[in-house]
Amino acid sequence: MLLDVKGLRVNYRTVYGNLEAIRSLDFSVEKGESVAIVGESGCGKSSLGHAIVRLLPPNASYEGSVTVDGKDVFTLKGRELRAYRGSEAFMIFQDPLNSLNPVKRVDRQMLEAIRTQRLMRGESYDEEEATRVVIDGLKGVRMPDPEIILRRYPHELSGGQIQRVVIAMALVMKPKILIADEPTSALDVTIQAQVMKLIKELKAEYGMSVLFITHDMAVAYTVADRFLVMYAGELSELGPVDRVVTDPLHPYTVALVNSIPHKSKKEGDLVSIPGSPPNMLSPPGGCRFHPRCPKVMDVCKAENPAIKQAEDRLLRCHLYD
Amino acid sequence: MTNTVFKAKGLTKYFEASKRGFVESLVSRQPKIWVKAVDEIDFEIMPGEVLALVGESGSGKTTLGRMLATLETSTKGDLYFMDEKVSRKDYRRIRRQVQMVFQNPTDSIDPRMSIKGIVTEPLHRSDVGEASKDEQFATALSLVGLDAKTFAQRRVRDLSGGQRQRVAVARAIISNPTFIALDEPTSALDASVQAQVLNLLARIHDELKLTYLFITHNIAVARYISDRIAVMYAGKVVEQGPTEEVIANPKHPYTQALLKSVPTLKTHELVPPSGEVPSLVGLPTGCRFHPRCPYVMDVCKEKEPAMRRTGNVEVACWLY
Repeated sequence: MLLDVKGLRVNYRTVYGNLEAIRSLDFSVEKGESVAIVGESGCGKSSLGHAIVRLLPPNASYEGSVTVDGKDVFTLKGRELRAYRGSEAFMIFQDPLNSLNPVKRVDRQMLEAIRTQRLMRGESYDEEEATRVVIDGLKGVRMPDPEIILRRYPHELSGGQIQRVVIAMALVMKPKILIADEPTSALDVTIQAQVMKLIKELKAEYGMSVLFITHDMAVAYTVADRFLVMYAGELSELGPVDRVVTDPLHPYTVALVNSIPHKSKKEGDLVSIPGSPPNMLSPPGGCRFHPRCPKVMDVCKAENPAIKQAEDRLLRCHLYD
Repeated sequence: MTNTVFKAKGLTKYFEASKRGFVESLVSRQPKIWVKAVDEIDFEIMPGEVLALVGESGSGKTTLGRMLATLETSTKGDLYFMDEKVSRKDYRRIRRQVQMVFQNPTDSIDPRMSIKGIVTEPLHRSDVGEASKDEQFATALSLVGLDAKTFAQRRVRDLSGGQRQRVAVARAIISNPTFIALDEPTSALDASVQAQVLNLLARIHDELKLTYLFITHNIAVARYISDRIAVMYAGKVVEQGPTEEVIANPKHPYTQALLKSVPTLKTHELVPPSGEVPSLVGLPTGCRFHPRCPYVMDVCKEKEPAMRRTGNVEVACWLY
């Protein structure tokens, strides 16, 4: 077990009161496995990613434990924390244009990452050797003319190129787990397909674990081994991708699967989820999905269902009591 | 009865690349650099149909949409609206019948206006009274599935992404247009909300007997909403035809590549085209797709293919 999340809670203090972004989450990711966290905006999936790399804003507080390769992430401090970020857990952010420093050339930024990693480990750093590693990394992400790309500034690159530079950085850092937070939502479908293919190849070649965060199940389906469907800060369903897609059990998962455009309007309406995700300052009582659920029962309004094991997956729903 | 809502013949839009200053442009003898956003395009949009314009960023699809909404003037070529040739002096008349919905509702709506102010703004030039304005506001809002009383005095910041895009659609339909250009109306939305908005757009299209130009980079969305598809690549239409046929049997290698790039719940494998959209300043010679094309032949590098009709589908490729 590479990543183990136990009883994770994340709260934000805001001027409107306490916002409960994640309420008790347990799951784990094996070595070389990829798990996709799927859910709508505001379900807490990005907070989860940021909590694992300890990049939550100062107004956030967390409870529970996150363990990466036997290391308790929440107790790391100072130097240990710097050594952990990037080299053990590496995060790719949503907007490629914000993930690089705009006033530094690509080579400076990539070399800086290597230098920091080496210094943290107490190893020696040789700029020429590091440059070769960086060029190999760029070749590894199928980037043509890596020497030219290295001398560019981020604004001279396209979104797809920047995202590949960031993935190349992950490649040279060789983290144990790659956390990708909507890495393709700012990209075109063709470039998205290139990036997804790349992440998949890296996972196969280097045995990297991947935590893929997205709102689009179809994108996640191309890379994930298991789906973790999140709603309003809680786990709704967790299971192997093919089983979840062909036989979704939680009404929320059913709706997510059906809302992907897959037919023509002549064949009828797409299934959509009525309403919008709850305001997390005052989430609904009982099951948090009950106001939008097509199969709502009386018990759903009164009592939040517990997580149950059903065949090959975990579920939080009263329908399967 | 008109035959076409819009018809374009050799429609072209070049932008001057502004890499030089004003004085330089007076003194310098170097030729101007042009960005060929839309390059000699022919197409027709029939009354009541939904034409989807599909392509990557930088393929010129948004520029084409803006030209139909008269927000850009063509450099060359002719545009016909309702079988009449469009010139600059017709813009005011055309704008009464043509509306546009933009990609990101957060940017395209004034944050300081009330929802009622935003939606009824297109009516300000017509001499309708307050009472009739209220009535039209209520009708438009109910068509997009929002409650007029609750939302009238709210601001955009109070609404969710899906609700904002509904407001943008209400603003587009209130003046009773015949044609709406929708520029990536769902790409800023969550997958679940996208389904709501697509259903809504399809329903409004039916109820109001509208004609749509639907711009998107997602061919799965195009499949759901459209009757016909036009695929654009680097300023040119490379394939157009009935949606079902183009999707079931894509002819142009670029269309095939687009279809294989769309993630679905049926396959784990994606087969994207290699490389990126070419710069519109220095376009490749011959067929514009040839550096990325898996079937490239010698003729592709030298001569640009013309549009050829095979059955119901038109395709610009030397393979045919």
